[in-house]
Amino acid sequence: MTPTAAEIMTILVWGFAATAALSGIMFGAQRLGYSRLSLPFLIGTIFTGERSSAHALGLLFYLLGGWLFAFVYYFIFASIGRTGWELGLLLGAVHGAVLLVMLLPLLPHLHPRMASEYEGPVRGRRLQPPGFLALNYGYRTPLTTIVAHALYGLILGARLTLT
Amino acid sequence: MDAPGDFPEVGDYALIGDCRTAALVSNRGSVEWLCLPNFADASLFGAILDRGAGHFAVAPAGDFKVKRAYVEATNVLETTFETPTGVVRLTDCMVLPDESDPELYPQHEILRRLECTSGEVEIEVSYAPRPDYGRITPAFRKRGKLGWQLAGCPFGAFLGSEIALEEDRRQARLTGRATLKRGEVRWLSFAYDEHEASVVPPLGGEAAERLAWTTGWWKDWSARCSYEGPYRDAVLRSALVLKLMNSATSGAVLAAPTTSLPEVQGGPRNWDYRFCWIRDSALVLHAFLRLGYTEEAEGFLEWLLHATRLTWQRFQVMYDIYGEVKLDERELPHLSGYRGAKPVRIGNAAHDQLQLDIYGELMETVARYVSAGGTLDKLECAMLTGAGHHVAKLWRLPDQGIWETRREPQQHTFSKAMCWVALDRIRGLAERFPMRVDRAALGRECDAIRAEIEERGFNAKVGSYVGYYGGEDADASLLLLARYGYCEPGDPRMEGTYRYIAKTLNRNGFIMRYPDDTGYDGISAPENAFAPCNFWAAEYLANAGHRQEAQALFERLCAFANDVGLFAEEIGTRSGKPVGNFPQAFTHVSLISAATALYQRKTA
Repeated sequence: MTPTAAEIMTILVWGFAATAALSGIMFGAQRLGYSRLSLPFLIGTIFTGERSSAHALGLLFYLLGGWLFAFVYYFIFASIGRTGWELGLLLGAVHGAVLLVMLLPLLPHLHPRMASEYEGPVRGRRLQPPGFLALNYGYRTPLTTIVAHALYGLILGARLTLT
Repeated sequence: MDAPGDFPEVGDYALIGDCRTAALVSNRGSVEWLCLPNFADASLFGAILDRGAGHFAVAPAGDFKVKRAYVEATNVLETTFETPTGVVRLTDCMVLPDESDPELYPQHEILRRLECTSGEVEIEVSYAPRPDYGRITPAFRKRGKLGWQLAGCPFGAFLGSEIALEEDRRQARLTGRATLKRGEVRWLSFAYDEHEASVVPPLGGEAAERLAWTTGWWKDWSARCSYEGPYRDAVLRSALVLKLMNSATSGAVLAAPTTSLPEVQGGPRNWDYRFCWIRDSALVLHAFLRLGYTEEAEGFLEWLLHATRLTWQRFQVMYDIYGEVKLDERELPHLSGYRGAKPVRIGNAAHDQLQLDIYGELMETVARYVSAGGTLDKLECAMLTGAGHHVAKLWRLPDQGIWETRREPQQHTFSKAMCWVALDRIRGLAERFPMRVDRAALGRECDAIRAEIEERGFNAKVGSYVGYYGGEDADASLLLLARYGYCEPGDPRMEGTYRYIAKTLNRNGFIMRYPDDTGYDGISAPENAFAPCNFWAAEYLANAGHRQEAQALFERLCAFANDVGLFAEEIGTRSGKPVGNFPQAFTHVSLISAATALYQRKTA
């Protein structure tokens, strides 16, 4: 199940492309006013309260995360023994759903700058929590998040190959 | 609370802001104008244009008397309400982020502090945001101790309040009441974020820190003012208005933060002023330089050259704060307008008019910047050279003139004189910088312009320069001929022009910009006194050596500011009250210019 050098290169290239596509949809959704969920911003603000630095840092970690998840997808494909855009699409949609249902609601407990609705904003914690399905960031957020992650999975499913 | 249709006077508003957008707060404690995220975006609170278009009011529940003032030389506003039972002070500001603070700040925050200073006072809060110029009626979601979030909007907006609020669904607003006793303090904070997760600023002690920081920032800024002449308070207040409307993100200076406040009640002259006029540039730069604000002057010139580069060589009359050139005019028929003044317009159709005077104003701005020690790079030199050739080709054309008339183009005398100024300044700049211009040819064009103005723009019968060639109408813009060096203040023709303007354009002691009953601007409707013209008259008198007369006029004009020292575009000729878009940068820079002329006797 260890990827070959050629497979690693494919994972890196298409992992980058899939992350770019995912980011494009998420960013587009923000600009169009559909959602205020910015994963790079949430990641970046873990490290700094300065907005422009948070954006830059968050984007860097987000790209690295996109690559990391491309390897995770590869290992899932390898364990199943097949790839394909349909499988990738499904996997991406599940990925998005897990993010919305499990990871983002945990964020107030993990993120050093995130406030909670129970305690209110306090020194150091001022960021609004995402809430259930990240609906606090706009009611279309679940849709745009799942579509973006489904596209991420679709690209990887379509382009990654198993030897 | 205000009843529908119960509009305050324009002068009842005061301005707060964060150099990216600005809010108007009435003397009844109500935020009634706020566009987000920037000055020229759609309003969230727009009650100044329609009582149902959004407000955020905090005031005593019963009758009160009110006193207002800015906290020293800052843009932090204090409104003191005196009621039969006690006194409460409301402090309002838009928070400026402390860049050294590791905390997250919202993109915009209006912070409101209530303190009961004597007795006890029942306070009433009404929060009714109406995004998109009142077209959206939002819902509210209570987010635990974080406060109230606006739902169904493409942006994040939170209201934090130490006064308990509840939702009035029928009127789509939040309301609350609380009784404050002597020494008690309550905080309210409205926070806005676009595109990203909201940042919800804490209240209490941390809010006090943000207010102290913001107050301190404005005080520090004011302390940099190097003007030590007379009328320092009025000059400094004008500088603070300019700084507040000086975009921190682009360097542009806005003409006014409002749209469609009518020049005459019920009249058709309702325009959107949330843009940057090239025409204002020379006075704005002059004001910043004269007061020692070189950083602002440099930032403004940088914006000016960047914005005009987009339409080079033809300059547009106005640009938005980012240099955007398409400012198409639209009407908002769903808004009632200020006291019923329709239409409410956004955008400005005058942006693509030919107004030749702007070339002169731009070149004067650059020349002033250079004489104050600034330099020009190669690209800027090339741009100015191109503009010079353009003026040499265009100056014979009729245009819409400084007053942006909406009639057929005319041969406006002031426009021609400003073309002379443009070519004259380019000749001067070409002596110092590598500009590919034929200075002798430019000199000949200058001579030709001057000869034409003297022959056709001066009316010997009335002994004055006149608004357009062959006419008899006076035009107050001609008071600026001396300021721009076209002729000496003591020149008999200039003195005659002043006398003619003062005589024929006088209404109730104010100078009108032009006759408003002859269809001069294409709109035959009465208007009020354009405030800058009156300061130009004071400046002219000072420069012409009539110091006492100038001083008397200047002091009389200053008395027409509102209670916190702000001027609108116009002064009501009968009421003496501020009228039109408010506050107006052009009026405030004209005040600074007149004050510095009085101080130095002659404006350099």
